[in-house]
Amino acid sequence: MITVCRIEDLPPGEALRVTEGVPAPVAVFNADGVLYAVDDTCTHQDASLADGWLEGCLVECPLHASSFDLRTGRPTCPPAKAALRTHHVEVVDGLVLLHVNVGEPA
Amino acid sequence: MRSVLVVGASLAGLGAVRALREEGYEGAITVVGEERHLPYDRPPLSKQFLTGEYDAAALALGDAEEYQDLDADWLLGARAVRLAPAARTVTLADGRDLRADAVVIATGATARTLPGARGLAGVHTLRTLHDAEALRAELTTGRPAVAVVGAGFIGAEVASSARSLGLDVTVIEAAQAPLERALGREMGLVCASFHADHGVRLLCGAGVAGLEGVGRVTGVRLADGRVVPADVVVVGVGARPATDWLDGSGLQVDDGVLCDAGCATDIPQVVAVGDVARCLDLFTGGHTRVEHWTSATDQPRTAVRTLLTGVSAPAPAAAPYFWSDQYRHRIQFAGHLRPGDEPQLVEGDLESRSFAAVYRREGRAVAVLAVDQAKAFVRMRRTLRACVVALPRPA
Repeated sequence: MITVCRIEDLPPGEALRVTEGVPAPVAVFNADGVLYAVDDTCTHQDASLADGWLEGCLVECPLHASSFDLRTGRPTCPPAKAALRTHHVEVVDGLVLLHVNVGEPA
Repeated sequence: MRSVLVVGASLAGLGAVRALREEGYEGAITVVGEERHLPYDRPPLSKQFLTGEYDAAALALGDAEEYQDLDADWLLGARAVRLAPAARTVTLADGRDLRADAVVIATGATARTLPGARGLAGVHTLRTLHDAEALRAELTTGRPAVAVVGAGFIGAEVASSARSLGLDVTVIEAAQAPLERALGREMGLVCASFHADHGVRLLCGAGVAGLEGVGRVTGVRLADGRVVPADVVVVGVGARPATDWLDGSGLQVDDGVLCDAGCATDIPQVVAVGDVARCLDLFTGGHTRVEHWTSATDQPRTAVRTLLTGVSAPAPAAAPYFWSDQYRHRIQFAGHLRPGDEPQLVEGDLESRSFAAVYRREGRAVAVLAVDQAKAFVRMRRTLRACVVALPRPA
């Protein structure tokens, strides 16, 4: 388990990239009050999804506009073909906690 | 419409096939491709493929499952040589005639080279997987001195890749600043500094008089008489649209196939997409051939709607966008510049080589440039959309 930040440091519409203590970078999103965490690196080519455009529970890659559903990690349009790993994230006592999933993507 | 013929099997051609199926078209699709490969992604050819990080398999745009779902007939290694528009018949180099109810022209562009390059070993252009394999083989044999002619995006990326392989690299640019037309002089000079930062010599204002060597290149002779010695020369001086096969078709061709904003040509049920198409563009305000990866992915959707509805479809109101990865920097640009458009720094600073700038014309944001500022870029890029003034539809 990793403490990401205080919840007020991740307001709605924002994202954070976690690089410490994780096997691969993780992006944590606050999508209108609901938190999601997925692998940060686009499955198509090297780009950080925490830098992407968040709309509802979809994030659009800043490089080639592949879109991923944060609930499942699955791409909703090309060029990405492979899914992202999703991770469990929760708020406890005002802290955003990340539980990294090392299994296969959905 | 029961049959569609897509001429060109790269990103735009595949995009047309995908869009046809997404829009519910259930008829026959035949794709003609001059290369022997299924569609692959070209941008990595000058980067990850050249450095060995990617192999050819990593470039594939589709996979077996998708091709099965798309259910198209791929005629690869087949070159189209003629279009007879009235009958919408395309003739292949081997004499075969293919007839369809609609034709998508997606033949792309071919790299320009220098006079005297043909028949001289060691001189390369970079457009296809074949080109990239040949160049990679030469860059990874011994330690060749490399000269790159043209400091545009291909030239800069090849220089960056060759440098990362530990090679001695000189870039020769005719203009006073690289990328001046795309980014303006000020930002072109900033990009020029990336070469120097990484130990690559950049010669600006240097016209090329010719290539030196007999049988194999030994250097590049400049207009002022200097010679840049080189074992390998890469020519990155742009591309010309692949339209020779359309001679005599009656299509209007002038630096590309002329189209309206919906990718419709002046012949019914014939559309053009990607590098070969010169469409009416909402951002440039004229007929513009946009050689960006993003255009090759966006235009097929528009073109397919035009075909399926029979009425020229509206183009997306998104600014033209491209990116370039060089010297571990990511450059992103959206919009279209005219001389006099002034960049204004809005994030970061030039010294740290991490910044974002907005270009304005009469106070209005018309373009955005970012270097290693993807987050700022995606937000500012969206503000450009609101500035589009729709052009009147051509009569």
